[in-house]
Amino acid sequence: MIHFERVVLRYPRREQPAVRDVSLVARRGRITAVVGPNGSGKSTLVRALLGLLPLERGTITIDAADAATLDPRERARRVAVVPQRESPAFPLPVRELVALGRRPHLHALATWSAADSRAVDDAIAAAGVGDLVDRGSDELSGGEWQRVRIARALAQQGTSLVLDEPTTFLDVAHEMSVFELLARLAREGKAVLLVSHQLNLVARFADEIVLLHRGAVAAAGTPSAVMRGEILERVYEWPVVVVRDPAVGAPALVPLRGRRD
Amino acid sequence: MTRRFALIVVLLLAALVLVAVAGVALGNVRVSPLGAWRALRGAGDPLVVAVVRDLRLPRVALAALVGCGLAMSGSALQSTLRNALAEPYLLGVSGGAAVGAVLAVSSGGGYGVVPLAAFAGAVLAVVVALVVAHAAGGRADGRVLLMAGVVVGAFANAAIMVVLANAPPNTIRDATWWMMGSVSAAEWSGVRWLAVYVALGGAALWAIGRDIDALALGDEAAAALGVRVGRATRWVYVVSALLAAATVSAAGLVGFVGLVVPHLARATGLRAQRELIVATALIGASLVVAADLAARLARPPAELPLGAVTALIGVPFFLTRLRALR
Repeated sequence: MIHFERVVLRYPRREQPAVRDVSLVARRGRITAVVGPNGSGKSTLVRALLGLLPLERGTITIDAADAATLDPRERARRVAVVPQRESPAFPLPVRELVALGRRPHLHALATWSAADSRAVDDAIAAAGVGDLVDRGSDELSGGEWQRVRIARALAQQGTSLVLDEPTTFLDVAHEMSVFELLARLAREGKAVLLVSHQLNLVARFADEIVLLHRGAVAAAGTPSAVMRGEILERVYEWPVVVVRDPAVGAPALVPLRGRRD
Repeated sequence: MTRRFALIVVLLLAALVLVAVAGVALGNVRVSPLGAWRALRGAGDPLVVAVVRDLRLPRVALAALVGCGLAMSGSALQSTLRNALAEPYLLGVSGGAAVGAVLAVSSGGGYGVVPLAAFAGAVLAVVVALVVAHAAGGRADGRVLLMAGVVVGAFANAAIMVVLANAPPNTIRDATWWMMGSVSAAEWSGVRWLAVYVALGGAALWAIGRDIDALALGDEAAAALGVRVGRATRWVYVVSALLAAATVSAAGLVGFVGLVVPHLARATGLRAQRELIVATALIGASLVVAADLAARLARPPAELPLGAVTALIGVPFFLTRLRALR
């Protein structure tokens, strides 16, 4: 479980905080999605969780432990994060990339164990990347690359999984396969915290949506509570209608042409 | 340890032994491998014994250690800075070290002190290059960092010329020795000091090898794997600077070894930093011993500066890799 409690975050030398008084909980067995316009503070929350940005106020709790005092290695054993941007400086084989997920479990003098190998094998199987293990990281499509990174996160064997825009640049099929994978992982008991721009997929897959606007929570709750025309229009500053997705009946956003007068 | 890695290490060790034997046997006084072996044990012609034991062997050992240190430093810097062209010479680290070393030598410092002064100069050069690169773009831009490093290196060369302009020729090795590098003045005491520094530096890099692997993915991915990014990065800079400083103190500025060797090591398919440290150490040792041999044999009886030979290999290589900067 990851609990952000009244969190305020500010980048150095900025007057305005990037995140203002945000509270949210990602529980085990559920997908919690953070959505919002560009610059609304979504990725900033992830950076704070990683300890790359100090909390100005508030607390982040990970499985009942204060993230601020948690050793980074211990944090990485509990929460696996798939950051938005990442590119290996030098291409490396998929299996080695997934194996890096064991780093939080290996102290400087620890040697690679059979348990580590098992964790890597399990992660590769769970993420469905078994046929990619011998490829290089530079020989993967966008969708394969994301699944490999999710496999690495699974090798960390934490209780929580955080993903920052995992389906950006992916086509429909790959996007769906990533969401289906996340849904399965949540069913199997992970707390999945997802930052995404894909409002319609989030509305179908997430159990709870937190909508950020200029660093603050504009709305939070079930998809049907948050995905409402008047709320989305105000936050995204664009005319929209919300309809029922004909396949599963989830709320779906349809942006309209141009601004209304 | 995989079988593949074990095989690579065995092959690289064999190559190093071969190059080292050639380094001891070849030169103005030619010695057969068997003769060299007997001379090592003190048998045979006293002149040959003196050449092998007091001149060639320490020289080969020093060249090997210089190669180890520069190559390991380059490997750690390339992965941490995520820049395939990073290495102590091009980043100005070696230049800063050389200025520190020259100042220490010209004020009478010995083998133990000179590397420390060189280390101070190296760290100063790292800080200058990083500050410039950060100021130019929010995050350290690889291109700016290299440009800053090259300019710091040029400044260092100028400073060496100034410091040594009026130096008495017999007490201080001349500016060319520092600026173009050489292992011709090798002595066992210097070899022992360098061995200590290289072993310490290698062990320190090995200890944070897994962190370096994570840093090579980018800051956020490294943090996600539980690495304290700032601390680990600074540690790599410090250890790389120490390795560069120790080699510069022993042999002056030998460029491009730290650039070329990690590429050769990665070409064997190795990726994990701990394996790369071992492989680069062995390749670096072989390369510099071979380069020194070439420096001795190219235009006898004169010797080329070692740094000239490594630059002749390294610059064309650098040019073929320039696209890595885009």
